[in-house]
Amino acid sequence: MRVSVEELLRAHGRPPREVYFDNENSGYVPREVVEEMIPYFNSIGYGHPSITHKPGWEAYEVLYKTKDLLTKVLNAEGLGEFAFVHSGTEANNLAVLGHALANKGRGGKIVVSAIEHLSVIYPAEEAERLFGFRVVRVPVDSEGFVDPEVLKEFVDGSTSLVSIQMVNHEIGTVQNIFELSKVVKEVNPRAVFHTDAADAFGKIPIDLKKLEHVDMVTLSSHKIHGPRGVGVLFIREGVRVEPVLKGQLSYEKLWPGVENVPLIAGFRKAVELAYRDFDLNVAKMREARDLLVRGILEKVSDVLVNGPSDFSMRSPDNANLSFLYVEGEALTVELSINGVYVSSGSACTSRILEPSHVLLAIGRKHEEAHGSILFKTSRYHTREDIEYTLEVLPKAVDRLRGISTIKK
Amino acid sequence: MSTRIPLPYTPRVLELFRNPKNVGPMEDADIVESAGSPACGDMIRLYIKVTTRDGEELVERATFESYGCAANIAAASILTELVVGKSMREAWSISWKNVADELGGLPPIKYHCSILAVGALKRAIRSYYKKVGKQPDWLPEELTQEERQTLEEEKMLEKLYSGYTIKVSLPRGGGNEVTRP
Repeated sequence: MRVSVEELLRAHGRPPREVYFDNENSGYVPREVVEEMIPYFNSIGYGHPSITHKPGWEAYEVLYKTKDLLTKVLNAEGLGEFAFVHSGTEANNLAVLGHALANKGRGGKIVVSAIEHLSVIYPAEEAERLFGFRVVRVPVDSEGFVDPEVLKEFVDGSTSLVSIQMVNHEIGTVQNIFELSKVVKEVNPRAVFHTDAADAFGKIPIDLKKLEHVDMVTLSSHKIHGPRGVGVLFIREGVRVEPVLKGQLSYEKLWPGVENVPLIAGFRKAVELAYRDFDLNVAKMREARDLLVRGILEKVSDVLVNGPSDFSMRSPDNANLSFLYVEGEALTVELSINGVYVSSGSACTSRILEPSHVLLAIGRKHEEAHGSILFKTSRYHTREDIEYTLEVLPKAVDRLRGISTIKK
Repeated sequence: MSTRIPLPYTPRVLELFRNPKNVGPMEDADIVESAGSPACGDMIRLYIKVTTRDGEELVERATFESYGCAANIAAASILTELVVGKSMREAWSISWKNVADELGGLPPIKYHCSILAVGALKRAIRSYYKKVGKQPDWLPEELTQEERQTLEEEKMLEKLYSGYTIKVSLPRGGGNEVTRP
């Protein structure tokens, strides 16, 4: 079915202000990042980075300089390789399926937390189906934490890979990755530990020297105001991974095809901006988030906070709230009409009509998950943005509660 | 979050979502019927007032309440507009496709919203005749497609929960006890 978006927007109307909180799914790319990319499309570095001509050398420079920057900000000097792929999803696929390919025939367990991103869970299931691994899901507590003591019971000599997110993409739970990876290596030093840090990067400090038991790390460009289309997998020296896609390999030895040089240049700029004033950036998103959550809890009744109640254990940008008696998808549309852009973990937003597996795994009931809204703040949010949201949101919830079949 | 799909709503859906008609409970309703459930994330309640003119039963007024997505609200709203003034027999013949067409079309993933609205209407018509103790010859005993699918959606949840094998509960688990390795 196709709809003319022009007509749709006419019916949607023009709100007086627009505030974008859907930074989980994709987001705003600032002008500095866009400007960084443009020359690489048409004046420099538009060549293939593995061919010996000037536009190729310029492209090649983008790749290694970006890797140098990542090495610096993640304190990864001499520890391993950064591989460029085209998204966080691809990086997670490379970690899980690439590991399975390199270790096929040996079998063993792939241990994941119950709230991992689907780009970890589905490849793990695929490794089970295709290569005879066995997927084991570790439960989390009601705030999304994996307890190291519980993890220990799930790991044994046959464990091949463990994958646990540094920060959960929906509820913002910050895991104790140091402890979790340490526990895994204590039980089985040969087990490989992967962490999906797509939602941690740029929000909490990551030091790969300190995280000595972590073997692979996923990063994603669009989560830090970089362009969509760049993912990174860090692979510690000595860890074996095979390419998942087959084709011409070039500078990147783990993902065939021509590298996304202009987008990687944009990603590099985004990393620079995120780390130029790391603490200030984080303070800004935290301030916006705290103001938003405090305001909502003050102005709207019957709201559940999904994820850590101790906000110091939660990613500074994350707020995930369930508005009881309303359905989340309807609320996203109602908020959109008012210029506030969010996403929901409701079943109605999904292809299979099931609510978010993350919310179910922390013990939320279906009807609680259906009313969930995810807000991700950023350094670009102003006090006025939050105040406007706090004006619009209670009215939106009230209107839908007025229509609802479910009353308090 | 989970597997997503683009949801291009039509301008008509958006319009009715913004300004739904006939919202709220009706105190003097002859019939009140619901379809769906909060756990499904999709529920419609219909209130219908019936009047008799020249020996024929007509829908005099209809209102709704909805817990559901934008398409659900729009479908319920348009349905209340469609049935008013119609004979019960004409109302019975409204299909989910009619409702979807009146909305200018629905994305396939949202057909169930229209099915749920019509399912609630068919239930309401049946319960009216049960209440007054009549069995019109046009009212089949067999369930219609919309009623069957409404039942299926209501049952879907049992299936979802039965997919969660509960074997060992861990002391620290947050209610998501899973099969131990």
